[in-house]
Amino acid sequence: MKHFIKTCWALLRQLSGDDAYERYLRHQALEHPGEEPLDRKSFFQREQERKWNGVKRCC
Amino acid sequence: MTTPITPQGWPQRLLWLGIAITGASAAGGIALNRGESINAIWFIVAAICTYLIGYRFYSAWVGARVLMLDETRATPAERLADGRDYVPTNRWVVFGHHFAAIAGPGPLIGPTLAAQFGYLPGTLWILVGSVLAGCVQDMVILFCSMRRDGRSLGQMARDELGPIGGFAALLATFLIMIILIAVLGLVVVNAMKHSPWATSTVAATIPIAVFIGLYMRYLRPGRVLEGSLLGVILLLLSVGAGGWVDQQAGIREWFNHPGLPLAFAVIGYGLLAAILPVWLLLAPRDYLSTFMKLGTVILLAVAIVILQPEIKMPALTQFIDGTGPIFAGSLFPFVFITIACGAISGFHSLISSGTTPKLLENERDIRMVGYGGMALESFVAIMALIAACVLEPGVYFAINSPAGIVGATPEVAVATISSWGFPVTVEQMNQLAATMGEATLFARTGGAPSLAVGMASIFASAFGEHLLAMWYHFAIMFEAVFILTTLDAGTRVGRFMLQDMLGNFSPRLGQTSWYPSVVLTSSLVVAGWGYFLYIGVIDPNGGVNILWPLFGISNQLLAAIALTVATSILIKTGRIKYLWVTALPLCWLLILTTTAVYEKISSADPRIGFFAAANDLQHKLDAGLLAPEKAAVAPQLIFNQQLDAWLAMLFVVLLYLVVGDMLRMTWRRQRGLSILPSSETPYISNKPLPVNGVSQ
Repeated sequence: MKHFIKTCWALLRQLSGDDAYERYLRHQALEHPGEEPLDRKSFFQREQERKWNGVKRCC
Repeated sequence: MTTPITPQGWPQRLLWLGIAITGASAAGGIALNRGESINAIWFIVAAICTYLIGYRFYSAWVGARVLMLDETRATPAERLADGRDYVPTNRWVVFGHHFAAIAGPGPLIGPTLAAQFGYLPGTLWILVGSVLAGCVQDMVILFCSMRRDGRSLGQMARDELGPIGGFAALLATFLIMIILIAVLGLVVVNAMKHSPWATSTVAATIPIAVFIGLYMRYLRPGRVLEGSLLGVILLLLSVGAGGWVDQQAGIREWFNHPGLPLAFAVIGYGLLAAILPVWLLLAPRDYLSTFMKLGTVILLAVAIVILQPEIKMPALTQFIDGTGPIFAGSLFPFVFITIACGAISGFHSLISSGTTPKLLENERDIRMVGYGGMALESFVAIMALIAACVLEPGVYFAINSPAGIVGATPEVAVATISSWGFPVTVEQMNQLAATMGEATLFARTGGAPSLAVGMASIFASAFGEHLLAMWYHFAIMFEAVFILTTLDAGTRVGRFMLQDMLGNFSPRLGQTSWYPSVVLTSSLVVAGWGYFLYIGVIDPNGGVNILWPLFGISNQLLAAIALTVATSILIKTGRIKYLWVTALPLCWLLILTTTAVYEKISSADPRIGFFAAANDLQHKLDAGLLAPEKAAVAPQLIFNQQLDAWLAMLFVVLLYLVVGDMLRMTWRRQRGLSILPSSETPYISNKPLPVNGVSQ
């Protein structure tokens, strides 16, 4: 039961983009270990510009 | 493991047989029931069983035999993983993203309007259309785009058919966007007309979104859940605050406006939203609307199951002959045009190509995301239909019929509606308006208010009778929030497309970040939909009568273009044997849109035919039969009817251009002549799946 709630919470965070920064840090550490990652604020600003520039919503 | 096409083992087979029998009994009960009232729960049962059967059998068969989904093949998310656009994502998360993107106000409004034919035509079309056409379209386009690195529908049309197909798809997308935004704007305006409560609540959503935008950017960057929760609480408070505003004699008047000023306010808002940075208004509004949407849909489903309301609407009404008050036109083809979203929606092909395919972890997830996502949207449409049909038919028609049809005063309107055999009284309507906290509910064409009344009665009976007015304005706020989100997002998308097209003539104008170009192209897009919105508001027949069918036609047209692209891909990749999977829905849509456009152009009935309406009005104007205020706007209405006729013809021409291109390609292929090669990316094996089939 505890495990189920934890999974749901993780899915909800991923779905809403709440954990995007943590996922980004993991991705950077794995794929580009040498680079200095963006801080939370600049990362979120960059993401927002990217995410809402395209067909995102429907009728 | 891929699901086998037929269930293995007896317990499984018996289970699916049980589901099939239950679904068939429920659907049969709904279809054959006459004269007695029927419980809404049967609609839910029939719908769920239909989707389960469609998903379990048809989508499994299409996935295995037609598309030949290959779970050993690497998806673009895996091959091109960049941590940004291409990210292998858990299928439940992709499903959530995809559903949130495809489900908009369309499946709520269309079924509400189509309830004028009775509950049966809409229900059957939503169920059959979704499992055999809509879900298939979404799934096949998702597949095609995934096998092409997530390319958009327009790009696929260009790659597979050639420049003509590509251009037609692009232009159709642009036009549907303009019509869609106009009609949605009209729905919001009709919901806010002379309602200080609704207007102040909808207005309050703007500063709330801006506050959340600032909160998520500066105060607590990137805390999406926290910010959204705060925003949802503020939105709920704004519903209560609107009730307070409505009680204050002075402030009340600030928000008490007729349609035209509200239309200009919506147009001004649209322009502002398109040129402001996304993080300030669009992004936070999008978060809020997604949460509201999911929450309300779940709440509505729970309420219907708890309450099990009786359906009051008859199975069929006399309006199947084409004389319907809300929109004119006979059952065929107009029920299929009115309910686009919920049965088959071309717009989905834009979401299924582009964002979603770049997230898929494994090819087998296509079934759940593409087919399953659309099935859920179709379920939302069924619930909207239930919410409209639990109203007394007399009340439903009184709310939705425009004054130009039933008469301008309440007395005349109730007399007209009662004479159709749907009894309703002025007292009943006044009492209903008073419980909902509104001055009047007459002539609120557009679907939002009647849906809100239906939802409010369901919610109030299930969760507390005394809060009817709150529930009503909650429902209005909920609809307005995501209609305005579509309006913002749509204007922005229209702007990008326009900048893309203009970029061919002037590279400067094509720069999406050059501010003068942003302002110019945004203004052009807003002017486009603003024009149709303005005409819709001044039209005494309610505007919805013209705009909604035009929207339905354009949406089905886009679906037909998407299915044409899908069919060409099936042909090219050697799946000609299974051509009918997309070709049959395509033929059906061709018949529908062609008949609808033919009727809209050539019908002699001025409520159906655009040219007939223009001539009729011209004739009345020349003969001096019109009242002075009507005569003043008549020339604009005449011009608009003619414009709409040409627009409808342009839609059909675009469609046949694309279909012609596909036939030409097929003919050349059969003759062994050269054709554009299939643009499918070659097979690359994915990383071996971990044991017991669970990916990490």
